[in-house]
Amino acid sequence: MSMLVPFGPQHPVLPEPLQLRLEISDEQVISAVPVIGYVHRGLEKLAEQKDFVQDVFLLERVCGICSFIHSMTYCMGIEEMMSLSVPPRANYLRVVWSELHRMHSHLLALGLLADSFGFENLFYQLWRVREHVMDAMEYTSGARVMLGTCCIGGVRKDINKEQADFVLRKLSDVEKELRTLTPVLLEDYSVKVRLVGVGRLDPKQALTDGAVGPTLRGSGVSYDFRSTGYAAYRELEFSPVVEKGGDCYARTKVRINEVYQSISLVRRALGHLPDSELKTPLKGNPSGEVAVRAEQPRGEVLYYLRANGTDKLDRIRVRTPTFANIAPLLHMIKGCALADVAMIILSIDPCISCTER
Amino acid sequence: MLKVTEELELGNLHEKIASLIPRGYRFVTMTAVDAVDHFDIFYHFDLQFELNTFLLKLPKEQSLPSISHICFAALLVENEIQDLFGITVTDLVIDYKKSFILAQDAPVKPFCKVPGVGVSVLEKTAEGEKK
Amino acid sequence: MRLFSIFKEIVINVLKGPSTRKYPMEKREPFPGVRGKLSIEEDKCIYCGACARKCPTKAIQVKRQPEKEWRFERFRCILCGYCVEVCPKKCLSFKDRLEK
Repeated sequence: MSMLVPFGPQHPVLPEPLQLRLEISDEQVISAVPVIGYVHRGLEKLAEQKDFVQDVFLLERVCGICSFIHSMTYCMGIEEMMSLSVPPRANYLRVVWSELHRMHSHLLALGLLADSFGFENLFYQLWRVREHVMDAMEYTSGARVMLGTCCIGGVRKDINKEQADFVLRKLSDVEKELRTLTPVLLEDYSVKVRLVGVGRLDPKQALTDGAVGPTLRGSGVSYDFRSTGYAAYRELEFSPVVEKGGDCYARTKVRINEVYQSISLVRRALGHLPDSELKTPLKGNPSGEVAVRAEQPRGEVLYYLRANGTDKLDRIRVRTPTFANIAPLLHMIKGCALADVAMIILSIDPCISCTER
Repeated sequence: MLKVTEELELGNLHEKIASLIPRGYRFVTMTAVDAVDHFDIFYHFDLQFELNTFLLKLPKEQSLPSISHICFAALLVENEIQDLFGITVTDLVIDYKKSFILAQDAPVKPFCKVPGVGVSVLEKTAEGEKK
Repeated sequence: MRLFSIFKEIVINVLKGPSTRKYPMEKREPFPGVRGKLSIEEDKCIYCGACARKCPTKAIQVKRQPEKEWRFERFRCILCGYCVEVCPKKCLSFKDRLEK
């Protein structure tokens, strides 16, 4: 005898509206059907009506948590279409801002996960650590979330010595406070009981379902698009963080270790900033088609661009990582208890405004 | 520039895609573009960080067979293409019938070059003309 | 088996006091270069219309006939800074604070 229970779209635990129609029998979930479409803005069509330089600002506003990497991927696509080369200093600065975004996104996700099983104190403390990262972004670029510093051919602003010292001071504050909070999240008995063994995803299923990001790396598959070496990642030797286990605990551990890895990447990038100009000048209009990828905090993002020689693009297609992670979510939820559904959804880190654009 | 690995036809679509999965290809996404007299449907697959793209040229008014029984990850993308471009996709594992991402009273096929009109708009225009 | 490992942090936080600032009695000094509000020096403007053409949200309107006019809708502005870059006479700039 089964019952149909709607989870969402208004739920105190979800950051953005998403509905899952759960079929449950006696507190165990049998199947789930996702229903999305509550925040669809039609941005891909709107981007065809503005010219290709104004699109940088529009595509930055697809998502509020991973916004710099959206604009950076779009600029990488246009630069490949027009065969522009980016100066070395601009590549290092792009890495610095991308990693700052990755840190603030992972701290946000960890805080929401702690809130989902009722640990509000840890939620507030993690978000207070995140404020240091927001101050670092505001000091170097002028705004807390929508940085507006990436442009076609390079970056628009520079980081001078005083700003770099401020960022490094804030990063040591972040590291000190996170080292006192990590044992609470990873070794405390009450947290482990809720996270270990919940929402298992084995590696073969993860690959056929199209999982990306920490969802895939938490199941033992070593796949991180930063190892291909776009922007300045080739010079700043980088290796992915992988955990075996496939449950919510493994994905949490991947996210915490990635925050520490981002701190060390920013320190190395700011210590070795090369001297060059900030951007190459832009002439003419793009034409042709191109597909580029980059690594966002939640996984791999793909941009497909097609242009026809005028200043307005023909088609922009964005495939965000949460869109790819919803299919394995449906397999993870089968068989779990009703009280664990919130944790499994928040462990893939859903960003529904990215999913629906 | 995008390099298309192979062009597919409607007849051999299922065998080609079914032969890719055991060889280690990972499904990334599908893209639909409205070229004026037909639709370009791209299938993006990934093998060891290299993107392989397969192109299918679909004439307008023809329906697209789904690959969601071979590749579960393609389910959501095909429903979205059905909504936004007005293409009918057959044999989906979960079919949302053109209300996956658009609301009930939203305009029809908004992403085509000549977007369609919503039904409620037509009724209002008819009433206005009668008055 | 570790239990109550957050207890030490709670005690330290209770003794340290609140982390929030009593706004609006105490205000924080903004960082230099923060994008607050767009402002124009009207005497330098030549009414060429470059800022109106490049604005992504069409928040600026420039008219030359019947009389020269530069109008700005503040709620449409997304603070991107494209007009500041494009102005030939460099008469547009950002002020630090949003309030004044």
